[in-house]
Amino acid sequence: MAGALINVPERANRGEIVEIKTLISHPMETGYRRNQSGARVERDIIRLFVATYNGTEIFRAELHPAITANPFIVFSTVATESGTLTFKWTGDNAFSVTESASITVD
Amino acid sequence: MAEHPSRREFLRVAGGVAAGLGLGAVITVTPARATPAAMQEAIRKVVGASKVSPGRVKLEMPPLSENGNTVPLTVSVESPMTAADYVKAIHVFTELNPQPDVVSFRLGPRAGRARVATRIRLATTQTVVAVSELSDGSFWSDTVAVVVTLAACLEDA
Repeated sequence: MAGALINVPERANRGEIVEIKTLISHPMETGYRRNQSGARVERDIIRLFVATYNGTEIFRAELHPAITANPFIVFSTVATESGTLTFKWTGDNAFSVTESASITVD
Repeated sequence: MAEHPSRREFLRVAGGVAAGLGLGAVITVTPARATPAAMQEAIRKVVGASKVSPGRVKLEMPPLSENGNTVPLTVSVESPMTAADYVKAIHVFTELNPQPDVVSFRLGPRAGRARVATRIRLATTQTVVAVSELSDGSFWSDTVAVVVTLAACLEDA
């Protein structure tokens, strides 16, 4: 469960703007649907996505139930130095997944 | 004739009452749904007393979507993205989803370019609004109308 896919270029030139794509497996249950017996299905969503670059936060997204199942988020950052990009998704029911990717800046 | 209302008048009054009852029934049966006023309120909560001007923001969405469960969305903002002049946040709102807030992105000069993308759910044919907050404290927005054939939220994903 909770597999995450991250697309970050392995190498970049200093100062280049790189595009980062992230996808994580999650149902994003809205809390507005009803099951077959008519009972409301409890909300279960990812609330927050934070990206850090060598420990400094570069991007964050606050999600609401209107985001699709398996949230897909695309953003960009300036390749400043070689290092690690860390991505963290947190949400309802103590959901928490952290993934990282390394980038080499020439 | 004077004490009896005419047939036409009776029908008019009865119709009005029925319509009133019908409307009441619709309101109680329909699941919670935001209204354009609720969206304005949600936007107001984010921007405070500031003025939101149209322009500088570009919200790209397909004008017609067959499946409301997944609608691609891209927001880009005209900004040099320097330390002195950058986009602080991009918020997305919908008019008729169960709640008006969709997503808030927070970025800064390190983004290099103010362009973000995601996929959202749309409960019905409606208007989507993107509001961008700039480092100088100004707010800019763009609005797109999207036609949805299959609604999200009520169907199984």
